[in-house]
Amino acid sequence: MAILTANSPTRPARSRGRPAPELIFGNLWPFDPAPETADPKLRTEYGLFINGKFVAPRTGRYFPTINPANEQKLADIALAGAADVDAAFRAARRAQETTWGRLPGRERAKYLFRIARLLQDRAREFAVAETMDGGKPIKESRDFDIPMAAAHFFYHAGWADKLEYVAPGRRIAPLGVVGQVIPWNFPLLMCAWKLAPALAMGNCVVLKPAETTSITALKLAEIIQDADLPPGVVNFVTGAGEVGAAVMKHSIPAKVAFTGSTEVGKIIMRSLAGSDKKMTMELGGKAANIIFDDAPIDQAVEGVINGIFFNQGHVCCAGSRLLVHEPVAERILAKLKARMKVLRVGDPLDKNTDVGAINSKEQLGKITALVKSGVAEGAQMFQSGCALPAKGYYFLPTIFSGVSMSHRVAREEIFGPVLSILTFRTLEEAVEKANNTAYGLSAGVWTDKGSRILKMATELKAGVVWANTYNKFDPASPFGGYKESGFGREGGRQGLLDYCRLV
Amino acid sequence: MSRLPITKTPKVYVGGAFIRSESSRVYPIATAAGGFFANIPQCTRKDVRNAVEASAKAGPGWAKRTAYNRGQILYRLGEMLEARAAEMTEALLVGAAASPRRRAAAGAEVGATIDRLIHYAGWADKYEQLLGNVNPVAAPYFNFTVTEPMGVVGVLAPETPALLGLVSLVAPAIVSGNTVVALASGKFPYPAILLGEMLATSDLPGGVVNLLTGFRKEIVPTFATHTHLRAVVGVADAGERRTLQLGAAASVKRTRLRHSDERIDWNSDGAQGLEAIRDTLEFKTTWHPIGA
Repeated sequence: MAILTANSPTRPARSRGRPAPELIFGNLWPFDPAPETADPKLRTEYGLFINGKFVAPRTGRYFPTINPANEQKLADIALAGAADVDAAFRAARRAQETTWGRLPGRERAKYLFRIARLLQDRAREFAVAETMDGGKPIKESRDFDIPMAAAHFFYHAGWADKLEYVAPGRRIAPLGVVGQVIPWNFPLLMCAWKLAPALAMGNCVVLKPAETTSITALKLAEIIQDADLPPGVVNFVTGAGEVGAAVMKHSIPAKVAFTGSTEVGKIIMRSLAGSDKKMTMELGGKAANIIFDDAPIDQAVEGVINGIFFNQGHVCCAGSRLLVHEPVAERILAKLKARMKVLRVGDPLDKNTDVGAINSKEQLGKITALVKSGVAEGAQMFQSGCALPAKGYYFLPTIFSGVSMSHRVAREEIFGPVLSILTFRTLEEAVEKANNTAYGLSAGVWTDKGSRILKMATELKAGVVWANTYNKFDPASPFGGYKESGFGREGGRQGLLDYCRLV
Repeated sequence: MSRLPITKTPKVYVGGAFIRSESSRVYPIATAAGGFFANIPQCTRKDVRNAVEASAKAGPGWAKRTAYNRGQILYRLGEMLEARAAEMTEALLVGAAASPRRRAAAGAEVGATIDRLIHYAGWADKYEQLLGNVNPVAAPYFNFTVTEPMGVVGVLAPETPALLGLVSLVAPAIVSGNTVVALASGKFPYPAILLGEMLATSDLPGGVVNLLTGFRKEIVPTFATHTHLRAVVGVADAGERRTLQLGAAASVKRTRLRHSDERIDWNSDGAQGLEAIRDTLEFKTTWHPIGA
């Protein structure tokens, strides 16, 4: 095996210094369109889901949700007012006190198993709806978002009758009613992450999806009806930030859980100061993905690409800072560029698409502004040359090399397909650079040396460390941050602790 | 002619040294009989910042100690307290009228405090086995969750029991490798002064526990806003909780605050254990592929 290593001394001297030969894909062999055609079964109008029924908002107002891939309207979504949020919380409290809170765990479990199964039944339909509403490539919604959402319900269902094993030596009880607000990057999956542990532990929920991506939550409401959950156990209220604030500040919930930006998380924390409400905050990140010179280079490059361009970079744990060991920096950069050239950006519903549409016009503006700052601050920009569709919100996969720690593109969460590349010489420097951020959600490390992996995994101040892999998720695996990336965990046994109280 | 005894100048234990407040301010406390006993340092926000700096410096080394070693050091602290139990009992009586009942209660508090230290000494190499685990993910990865200390933890001790309350909050934080900046009871600060002397002789590295005395209203706002304090635990009234949580938002600091008007039975088994240790831990999950 040794003779196959990249640094083989037998390499002829004359080929040194030449770029590695590469296959030219370019436009020679264009892909035929391969659209996914399953029917997303959308309604033209969605009400609020309160007490087991879709109801018209008391505000009488609706707002459009559009497909970011072509800017066409998909449906009208109800705009909840304070009175609607209040009605939702009252329904949740009633359900907690009269039905859900009194059910034995084994019965709660069966309801959650049902939801998982019904979601699997309608997985393709949900995947298409998710892609149309949010802009993510169909292969991601089909192979990741929807199956993982079902897996979360299935995993947590099994916990519902085993609560005595969650906290050793202590008895636990549900918190009561929980208010939850989720972001637009993984609409259905975040919904499942939030609902499944809360329900398994015996809580009832009022959840607000993000205003640009409400559809799959409301489709999940149909499944919740089909699963015959008692009315009021799960309630969805839709709208923008002010509806979220109403959910967070309402007097009924004993706990609020928020996933979103650190900026908004801090506003919520301030608004709840002194209130005794329990909180879980899953906030932003600026993860370092660290490659040592002994790393399996091709896998590492693939991991970096997946780490930053997965879901258009709309991932709180995206590997948006690449730290490369100096001896391999040039080689990695060349390989990254070659790999980026064959990324297909375009119609999210096309099964060949790698990078879909940016979720909203607003987000596209934010990404564009930060990329401009990167150029202005002197980093070298490279973008793949893929042709973009004429309509819709798209951004070319972008990397910056020659980035220093003070650049905005190295410090601020971009939440888009933009990678900043920095270099390091020693392990200590890599750790120092990786940890030199207010965030601490995730980190990646690539090396062949086991003891170095364990050392890095210990030194990196992050809630999730991916070693020789990146962006892996599982319902059994706790996810959440250190420092300003928030607190509390989602998934695994540790995630359950945030939805119960000790008695 | 009887000999005039030497009185002790109370100093706070910060960064492994015995210091006065940088402000040179003090406030008097009275003997059990009501006479003058001593001047106690009235620490300031600058003292808090200095203590946090000392604490941050001590942190990495303390967290890297083996769990076995941390357990032995906590046990050693128990030994130090046991040996000076009579002196500590007297310290608990400073500042309040002594009665036989109070004296007995003070003695019992010292005993309970020693037992609490021994309880946590035993946890040092066990909590991880209960809080962490391997996760059975649905793909070929070895995935495990372990705990790590949060870092520098602020402790707000209750007014009473001045010693048991303080130790019940400090011990579960340091057993996992956190370092602590603690504000002692304002009314009964002397036990914390004496505890500092025991900490100094228990093999605990300097800076791991820093004990401040002073007025809560001067110290709490700095506990709230200091970004290197990664968590604040302890007992606080409604106004303090609001101040602490408002300040905590700026750096997403963790707060674990109990109400000062709540009746907390510090003597009970419920006032100690795994959950108190978990309060100042972060969970870290690591993935690695399983393959050739």
